[in-house]
Amino acid sequence: MATATGTTVERDTLRRERIFGAIQRRGALAVLIAIVVVAGLTLGLFLTPRNIEDILLHASFIGLISVGMTFVIITGGIDLSVGSLVALGGVLAGFSAVAAWPLGLLVPTLACGVYGFVNGLLIAKAKLPAFIVTLAGLLGIRGLALVLSGTVTIPILGPPAFVWFGRGEIFGLDVPIVIMFLAFAIGAVVLNRTRYGEAVFAVGGSEEAARLAGVQVDRVKIVAYTTSGALAGFAGALVAAWLSAGQPTVGQAWELYAIASVVLGGTLLTGGAGTMLGSLVGVLLFYTIQNVINQVGTLTSYTQQLVTGIFLIVVVAAQTYLTRQRTY
Amino acid sequence: MPVARTATAGADSTSLAILVRLRNNGVYVALALLVLFNLFFTTNFATAGTILGLLSQATFVLLVALGLTLVIGTGGIDLSVGAIMAIASAVIPLYLGYTWPVAVLVALIFCVLAGMLNGFLVAYVGMQPIVATLALFVGGRGFAQVLVNGQLQTISDPGFLALWRATVFGVPMPVVIAAVVAVLVGLLVGRTTFGRYVLAVGGNRTASYLSGHPVRIVLVAVYAISGLLAGLAGTLATARLAAGDPATIGLLIELDAIAAVVIGGTPLSGGRMNVGGTVAGAILMLVISATFVMNNINPIYAQMLKAAIIVLAVYIQQGRRES
Repeated sequence: MATATGTTVERDTLRRERIFGAIQRRGALAVLIAIVVVAGLTLGLFLTPRNIEDILLHASFIGLISVGMTFVIITGGIDLSVGSLVALGGVLAGFSAVAAWPLGLLVPTLACGVYGFVNGLLIAKAKLPAFIVTLAGLLGIRGLALVLSGTVTIPILGPPAFVWFGRGEIFGLDVPIVIMFLAFAIGAVVLNRTRYGEAVFAVGGSEEAARLAGVQVDRVKIVAYTTSGALAGFAGALVAAWLSAGQPTVGQAWELYAIASVVLGGTLLTGGAGTMLGSLVGVLLFYTIQNVINQVGTLTSYTQQLVTGIFLIVVVAAQTYLTRQRTY
Repeated sequence: MPVARTATAGADSTSLAILVRLRNNGVYVALALLVLFNLFFTTNFATAGTILGLLSQATFVLLVALGLTLVIGTGGIDLSVGAIMAIASAVIPLYLGYTWPVAVLVALIFCVLAGMLNGFLVAYVGMQPIVATLALFVGGRGFAQVLVNGQLQTISDPGFLALWRATVFGVPMPVVIAAVVAVLVGLLVGRTTFGRYVLAVGGNRTASYLSGHPVRIVLVAVYAISGLLAGLAGTLATARLAAGDPATIGLLIELDAIAAVVIGGTPLSGGRMNVGGTVAGAILMLVISATFVMNNINPIYAQMLKAAIIVLAVYIQQGRRES
């Protein structure tokens, strides 16, 4: 009798856990699908290819950042410097693209990658808190971008091959969109199919356990921050190509939107759990909501912020509630 | 021989003690050095007008940083303080018709409620502080702008504007207000049971709960206080501007304030608070900018120097934790 009841209860708990787990992992996807269906049925212009491409294009830049951010957050860290690195990347692209178009992409990516490497060193080797190190980056790198550019926008008039990366098309899709999907695909493969990905999860789950199991914790972290920095610089170059200008003021608060997207996608800020697909869905969700609010038309841009904020609370509160362990 | 060894050890421990003291009070040393530098090399710095003006400018970051000291003391973080300042700035013009004290009171109530929402999400829902307050960071400024329909509301009420312009024995009103708040927060942290609870929650939340402390109430109260002080900062900023401008008031202030708290010696991990350090940290941040501006150097370099100082401060503090 007692055992029978026990197993029933156990089975119920298991089933509940599975459902809740699925909601946590796929909650953002379910909401995204629901919004797309409802908006598609009610708003005439929503499902047109032009509009979908518009959403994807706007999502692509923060999407690129979110790929790196997902790695960093799964290791249990955070990277607040990416928004400023986007600006620095854009400014550097403005200077270097004139010389030769590949330099316009390479210089920002490498320079910001080096800065991410420094972040990683300070966090992994000097054991400084990631929040502070990258907060300093947020302030300092924005300053550097402003100093280098003389606080003015640097126009990028050519070469056409460079501008193509922001405004060109591949099979009818804007280039940044294709690059974003590629980045997410590569990110997902690295995270799920390689030893490095396994190590990222191990470090985020328990640094001590990972170390005892022979994982080179410091190296894993440094690679994650370097990737995050390099992708932010690359995103900055794409933004510059898209705007045909390197703007030192671009990318403000992007780090927070990227973090919000990653969290919406079900990656836990405590580290050790998360998916690349989730982050993609999180970014798309963010921009789909903004697009829908734009389409409704009567709502202003600040109402859009308000709704996004409320939405963030609801989704994260639901996720937290469903997955929480007993805390006091 | 043993005597000699003891003597060396004594000298070592003396120099170590000096080193430790320097570490613990690094922010005061840095501030003193910078002020000394300015007294000698910056023209017009050593006037009462300049110094009082600088202190008035520092009140926004200072008030916000005082609230953040409590939040960070619990091991949390509050990214929404700038947005809460914007809410205060939006609400005040709406209620100025009912005399200015009512307007300020209503604005502060709004801000306390916003802070309590943060606290509720952290304490009861169990959200991580950075995400909970990120939501209000995104939505709060939007809410403020919805309230005033995105318009800038000019204010001419002389009683309200006196909050910024009046002086008490020659000291500007905002400086007086900030000083009073700093003393109150200092007393709250050092002399009350509540202050002990904050430290206990920050040190170990579970242990604090098991000791019978009202952990959740403490957390909600701490975020509410942070909201209140941000609201006060927003009120002063609105009085200074003579306009409710939720689009710009408090923008990015959370970063400067967090930096001031950390430089002041309150670690992000919680369980320790240094109110005096926060005051010095907030003033230091402003004096750095002022030093550059008054010497005709591009203030952007000040921002980069601040970034370096933040990392250095945390590095030094970490040495303290290990020793």
